[in-house]
Amino acid sequence: MAFTRSFAASFALVFCVATQAQAETIQVVIDKLVFSPASITAKVGDTIEWVNKDAFAHTATVKGSWEVMIPPKKTVAQQLDKVETVDFYCRFHPNMKGSLIVKAD
Amino acid sequence: MLAKPLAVLAALCFFGSATLVRAHDNPTDPQIAHIAYTAGVIDIEAAKLAVEKSKTPAVVDFANGMIRDHEAVNVQALDLVKKLNVTPEDNDTSKSLTAAAATKRSELSGLDGEAFDKAYIENEVAYHKQVNGALETLLIPSAQNAELKDLLETGLKLFQGHQAHAEHVAAELK
Repeated sequence: MAFTRSFAASFALVFCVATQAQAETIQVVIDKLVFSPASITAKVGDTIEWVNKDAFAHTATVKGSWEVMIPPKKTVAQQLDKVETVDFYCRFHPNMKGSLIVKAD
Repeated sequence: MLAKPLAVLAALCFFGSATLVRAHDNPTDPQIAHIAYTAGVIDIEAAKLAVEKSKTPAVVDFANGMIRDHEAVNVQALDLVKKLNVTPEDNDTSKSLTAAAATKRSELSGLDGEAFDKAYIENEVAYHKQVNGALETLLIPSAQNAELKDLLETGLKLFQGHQAHAEHVAAELK
């Protein structure tokens, strides 16, 4: 019993690690009021790291959907959990724009 | 009211480009730092007044954005002058900016409701337009230190966004 349980646990662990290994981390750098890259293609399970190099607070906002707050000089991670094709912008500085395509894993 | 000192700046620029620029026509880095910081403080003070007086969400949001961004820029400006060991130097442009802002402030203080919103936002459009013009044509070209120039350039980009935002709010109020 104990063996089975520990085997199951190891299997789950391996499975988990294997799944995570496929997920990628994509860095989006914000510098001088520009998202770079501005066009992002990712898949469900990937993580976006929003790296704010500016001294000003920014957001990555999808109108009517989600918003990530990115404080000055901070990095914020966002895991992508659904398939979507959206345009995002900074709510504080609406001239800052980008697009995101999240594909199925 | 702010039109006056900035018109002086604009005139300086115009003549500067039309004739040979003499060294003393252009502000020095310590003066530029003082002008930029003063311009920021003026906008922060106006925004605080708007947060206190306005009940219109679009106006209050805009004003909070001005406080957040201009305070951030001014912190950077102070850090930079400290790093460069430069003492910001008061000058006629800073003085007239401050005097004009005081007049505008008393004018805005006497207004309420829609009249306040309209006057505040319209002044924000005009103020950012004038400051951006001065940055573009006089302050950035005159700045000698590369880091100061860089900060002014980022400021210009930021304030152009503010101008667009103010124009958008002004259009909404109409």
